[in-house]
Amino acid sequence: MTKRYKDTFTGPHLLGIAGLNRLEVESLLDRAEDFVALNRRRDKHLDTLKGRTLVNLFFEPSTRTQSSFELAGKRLGADVINMAIKTSSVAKGETLIDTAVTLNAMHPDLLVVRHSASGAAALLSQKVDCAVINAGDGTHEHPTQALLDALTLRAHFGDLAGVRIAICGDVVHSRVARSDITLLTLMGAEVRLCAPPTLLPASAGQWGIEVFHNMDDALDGCDVVMVLRLQRERMTSACVPSTREYFRYYGLDRAKLSKAKKCALVMHPGPMNRGVEIDSEIADDLAISLITEQVESGVAVRMAVLAALAEGET
Amino acid sequence: MKGAKADPVIITGARVMDPASGRDEILDVRLKDGRIDKFGASLSAEGLKCIDATGLILAPGLVDVLVKTGEPGAEARETLRSAGNAAAAGGVTTLVVSPQTDPVIDDPAMVDFIKRRGRKRAAVHILPAGGLTRRLKGELLAEVGLMKEAGAVLFTNGDCPIGNAAIMRNALTYAGGMDALISNRPIEPDLSANGVMNAGDFASRLGLGGIPAIAERIMVERDVALAEASGTRVLIDQLSTGAALDVVRQAKARGVKVYCSVSIHHLTLNELDVGDYRTFARLSPPLRTEKDRLAMVAGISDGTIDAVVSGHDPRPAEEKRLPFSESSPGAVGLETLLSGALSLVHNGEVSLKDMLYVLSASPARLLGLGCGQLEVGCAADLVLFDRDKPWVCDANKLRSKSKNTPYDGRRMQGRVVMTFVDGLCVFKRQP
Repeated sequence: MTKRYKDTFTGPHLLGIAGLNRLEVESLLDRAEDFVALNRRRDKHLDTLKGRTLVNLFFEPSTRTQSSFELAGKRLGADVINMAIKTSSVAKGETLIDTAVTLNAMHPDLLVVRHSASGAAALLSQKVDCAVINAGDGTHEHPTQALLDALTLRAHFGDLAGVRIAICGDVVHSRVARSDITLLTLMGAEVRLCAPPTLLPASAGQWGIEVFHNMDDALDGCDVVMVLRLQRERMTSACVPSTREYFRYYGLDRAKLSKAKKCALVMHPGPMNRGVEIDSEIADDLAISLITEQVESGVAVRMAVLAALAEGET
Repeated sequence: MKGAKADPVIITGARVMDPASGRDEILDVRLKDGRIDKFGASLSAEGLKCIDATGLILAPGLVDVLVKTGEPGAEARETLRSAGNAAAAGGVTTLVVSPQTDPVIDDPAMVDFIKRRGRKRAAVHILPAGGLTRRLKGELLAEVGLMKEAGAVLFTNGDCPIGNAAIMRNALTYAGGMDALISNRPIEPDLSANGVMNAGDFASRLGLGGIPAIAERIMVERDVALAEASGTRVLIDQLSTGAALDVVRQAKARGVKVYCSVSIHHLTLNELDVGDYRTFARLSPPLRTEKDRLAMVAGISDGTIDAVVSGHDPRPAEEKRLPFSESSPGAVGLETLLSGALSLVHNGEVSLKDMLYVLSASPARLLGLGCGQLEVGCAADLVLFDRDKPWVCDANKLRSKSKNTPYDGRRMQGRVVMTFVDGLCVFKRQP
């Protein structure tokens, strides 16, 4: 692919959505759009990253993000290795820096990192010479997830200006929500949050978006409902009393969705807890669910990020 | 006395500032036998070693109420010797060491060990604080009476607060009978669990767990109530929020014997200094909002705050070169305490006299020490400093074994020139 993009995003790292401007985002999404088309072809192989080494460094277990990055790297012709590092929580930090130094000596070109501590990707980027891509750091950011959400939405709406999107569920513990809020707002969408107050940052009201505690009000007139995963451990930390009460008030079902626009679409970053934050009936309704499209966009967006960073390097 | 055999010295031309008496004039001062011997307009320097201090300020050496070292148990962090050197370079002539050592200072033998070790190794006066509960576990009372007799000047659980109100009540009631000073860190443990910085918008954006301001206020309210009920003297160790300071202010107005300290970092920095996950700005208590900082500064001028401390907590690189939430809280501060304080003076936020008072006279009085004042016959624990000297803080040049200062790279104004302990010069900055 020799097409030139209005390449405003060149790295040196992708650590978060905060810090990107709209042109940079658009250039990444333009690139990704072409990769979506490529990925639907029988021959999906390019050699944009030929001779480059991509290291997937995952300190937290992940299936979809890791395989998405792995595929993205391989389709662009990079040599990809996966390092899943299981550590005790005490030794985790030491491992991060030590591993970074060790890896750096092997001269990778692209380092994809997921870590349970906020800021870990940024810290790593200070210790290595290659491009670092944040694949999720603690409860801070997950920029490629936000980009893939934006790409999926752009495919449906074209321009996101004025599109009303409700992000529902565990916002306070969600890196996806933080990246999405920043990115979708940047793209001109009207973002709303809906969750019980225990699952919202106390300061969310200052984020320039509307905050709701009631799904009927939040979903009113929405074009898109994005549902976040509710982790089971939230039940033990007294954030919510039970899964059934949560589902009753915040789980997305037909009745709640009926408050949104008639043709409203549903998204979920996965993996889903069916019957907790989302009703199976909704998740499996291909007419309204974008969940599999999100996965498809994921590979394309990650290819775009890798290609842009590799290009920026030279 | 450390400097009992020190040669007599005369310091000439310094602006002598004694916050205890309010004395503020240019005078010569003669030191003899480790004590302040004489003040005078132009003392005869004949036959004496003479120090020309024209343009400098002479004040009582600083008294730091609670300092962590690593001796015994974690000498890689800090020893009494290295802490003493850092203190001397910072103008601190007396420091109280936290019982959070390994083994813990919770019996008279350990109190005695620290005293002797400090006398032998450290350039400044080292006073031990005793553990309030055995092994600092917050369960069983430690031997407060015996430790006090051995020389412990206050009793505390260090930075792990006593969460159980019944144990705290017993500790205060018992210690009251010994006329001991009890100190507690005001953080409600459950509310601050998993928190690593001030709870608020900035923490939410960084995705870091928050320690809410209310966790401090609840603990202060509790300890004030217990102090009021028991009549025991309680020092609230390192306040950080305006709301909690208000509680102390009101309690003092009612006549409750409650005192409070604040660290220099909480007077000069705020939560935004965490910036891009700077672990050197991870402190306990966490840096708070600018509004809280301003409230703390106001607390110095109105007399609510009794002591400004360094909050000295040395942490080696391996505890700081980590993702923010996995790093240890704490910052070294002995060497930068006075410079940090002078930055507030230069900014016009507090007067030099008020600042010196909470750095020396007031904490000395709180601990029942005779130092912290410039009177004939008092121990010659003195600091001579240039209030205007500009310099840039370079963490690697600090004398502490650990270099974790949030002031790293910061432009400072005002610096210690000489420090005297019992009339002996223990630090002299090379020009």
